[in-house]
Amino acid sequence: MAELLFWLALLAYGEAALAYVGEARHPGRAGRLATWGVRIGWLVQTALLAVQAARADGFPWSTWAASLNLFVWLVVGAYLIWGCQVRFRLLGLAVLPLAAVLFALAHAGGGTSVHGHSRYSSLFLVLHVGLVLLAFAGFTVAAGLSALYLWQERRLKRREATILSVRAPALARLDELSARTIAVALPALTLGIAVGIARLRDRGGGVDALMAVTVVTWAVYSSYLVLRVGTGLRGRRAAYLLLAGFVLVAVVRLALPVTHFA
Amino acid sequence: MRIVLVGVSHHQAPVELRERAALDRDQAAELARRLTGESGEAVCLSTCNRTELYIADESAEDAERRAETALLALEAELGPALYRLGDEAAALHLFRVAAGLDSMVPGEGEILGQVRAAYDAGATGPILDRLFRQALHAGRKARVETAIGESPASVSSAAAALAEQVFGDLRGRKVLVVGAGKMGDHAARNLVSRGAEIAWIANRTTDRAVELAARFGSAAVPLERMGEQLAAADVVISSTSAPGWTLDRALVSDALPARKGRPLFFIDLAVPRDLDPGIHELDGCYLYDIDDLQAVVAETLAGRRREAERAEAIVAEEAERFREWQASLDVVPAIASLRARADEIRAAELQRAKLNDSERRAAESVTTAVLNKLLHLPTIRMKEAAAAADGVIYAEAVRHLFGLEDER
Repeated sequence: MAELLFWLALLAYGEAALAYVGEARHPGRAGRLATWGVRIGWLVQTALLAVQAARADGFPWSTWAASLNLFVWLVVGAYLIWGCQVRFRLLGLAVLPLAAVLFALAHAGGGTSVHGHSRYSSLFLVLHVGLVLLAFAGFTVAAGLSALYLWQERRLKRREATILSVRAPALARLDELSARTIAVALPALTLGIAVGIARLRDRGGGVDALMAVTVVTWAVYSSYLVLRVGTGLRGRRAAYLLLAGFVLVAVVRLALPVTHFA
Repeated sequence: MRIVLVGVSHHQAPVELRERAALDRDQAAELARRLTGESGEAVCLSTCNRTELYIADESAEDAERRAETALLALEAELGPALYRLGDEAAALHLFRVAAGLDSMVPGEGEILGQVRAAYDAGATGPILDRLFRQALHAGRKARVETAIGESPASVSSAAAALAEQVFGDLRGRKVLVVGAGKMGDHAARNLVSRGAEIAWIANRTTDRAVELAARFGSAAVPLERMGEQLAAADVVISSTSAPGWTLDRALVSDALPARKGRPLFFIDLAVPRDLDPGIHELDGCYLYDIDDLQAVVAETLAGRRREAERAEAIVAEEAERFREWQASLDVVPAIASLRARADEIRAAELQRAKLNDSERRAAESVTTAVLNKLLHLPTIRMKEAAAAADGVIYAEAVRHLFGLEDER
C-alpha cells in the first residue's frame, strides 16, 4: 500500500515538474496540468504519511530518510497555499523538481516504507523534529521565492523586451511573501531549537556540527527579519540573504544529519 | 433567408474615406431600420476602422443592392473599396471581427463592445440575432482561451503593465507626473485605470500643472522641488521638452534612504530624455525610456500575432457551428409540416373515438408521446443531413412521402 502511494505521489510530482517546464515555454494548459499534479501528489503523499502514522509504533519519521519524506510534504504544502495562482506557477519550476528528487531520495533511504518501531519515544523529540522540519520547509519556499525575485529583477534591469510575455509575480509581492514565510518559519525553528536544547540539558550530551550550523541558520534568518524591520532591508539584498540562509538549510538537511542521528 | 455583408474597412480604405462613412450609434440604428426592407433584418457596425452592413433577407441580390446604395450614399468614392460577402463567409468575417482578428492591433478589446452596441441598436430577427450572439460568444471565447488580448499594445499601457511587474496591484501607489504633455497624460490615465493615484504634478509652468492637478485631484509642485516627493512616490512619469535631465542619479540616490528599500519605477517618455540613465543602476530603481517601452510593445504585438493563430481556429469552429445551424433552417419548414400533419391525424382519430373524459386525457397523453418518439429520430436525422448539405433532398423526400407538397 505504502509503496503504491509513494509511486503515485512521485508520478504526480514528476508530472507537475515536467508540466511546469512546459508552462514556462508555452503558458496555458500545461500550467493547469502542473497545478493538478501538485494537488494530487500532495494528497497522495498525505495518504502515505497517514498510512505510515497508522502503522508505526510511535513517531514514524524518526530516520533521516523518513524525515526527508515529511519535509517534502511540508514544502509542497507550503507551496500549495498560494503556488497554484497563475502568476506563481513559475515558482513551481523551482519547487516541484526539487520536491520530486528529494522524495525519490527519501524512498531510496527507506523513508517512505512502513516501520513498526520508532526511535523517537518522547513527545519532546516529535515536537523538535516536527518544528524544525516545518521551519526548513518555510525557508525552502522562501528561497524559491527569492530565486524567482532575482530572476524577475534581472529581467527588469536588463529591460528584456519579452518581460511581459512570461507571467511572473511582481517584485513587491515576492518580497512580501518571502518575509511572511520567514515570519512563520523562524518562530517554528526557534521553538524547535528550544525543545532540542531542553532535551539536551535533560539527557546531557555535547553540541554537534549540525546543532552549530542550525544555530547559525537561525541567526541568519533572525538578522533578516531584524534588518527588514529596522533598516527596511528589501529587494535584491534581502533575496541574497535568504538564499545564503537556504544554503545552510541544505547543509543541515542533507549533509550533516548523519552526525546528529548518530 | 440569406445573409449579406457589404462593408468598408481599414484594409481597403484610408481614413479619409472611412471617416466619411462613419456613423454614430443613432445613425447606425436608423440605417439598420431603413435597410430591413419588408421582412428582413439588418445591423450596421460602424467603428473608426470599419462600416459594415449585415442584412438577412430572402433575396441576397436585393439585400446587397440596398446595402451598396446606402453606403455609396454616405460617400460616393467608396465603390472600389467595398467588399461583399455572403452567408458562411459573412459569418466567419463577423466572428473574426468580434475576436479582434480583423483589427489593426490583433486582439484589441474595444471591438467586442462595439459589436455588442451594433447588435443592440440593430433591427434583428432570428438570423442576425443568432449570428451576432454567436459572434459575441466567439469573441469572448477567443480572448478567454488565448492570450490574444492580454499583453499591452501601446506605450502607455506597456508602462502601466511594467509598473505592475514591480508593484503587483497598483491600487494606492503614488505617481509623480513630471511635465504636462499629452504622452504623460496618457500614461497617467492608464495607471489611474489600474488603481494608481496621481499624487503630484510637476511642470515648468505652474498654471498648466495646477490645471492638470485639478483634473486628477492631485497636488501641483514646482519642478525644482519635485525631488522632495521621491521619498513617497512609487512611479515617476516624465515627459517634458526640457533639454537636460529633470531628475539625475544623485537626486534620486539622495531620496533612497528615506524609502527604506521600497522600489521606484521611472517612465521616461520624453525625447530628448528627461531622466538620467544612471538612475537605472541604483538598487531598487527601474527606468524605462521610450525605446525600451516600444521594444516591449513590439514583442507583445508579435506575441498577439502568435496567439491570433490559435484564435483563428476557435473562430473557424464557431463559424462552422453557425453554418450547421443556418443549414438546418432549410429543413425546418418540412419538419414543422410533418409534425403538424401528424398531430392533425392524431387529433382527428381521437375525435372519432368514443371515450369518456379521463380515457380521452389518457389517450391524448399516450398518442402524443408515441408521436414525439416516432418523429424524434427523423427530425434529428433531417437536421444532421441539413448540416451536411443534403437537407433539401431529405426535406423533399419527406414532403413527397407524407404528402406535404401542398403545405409549402
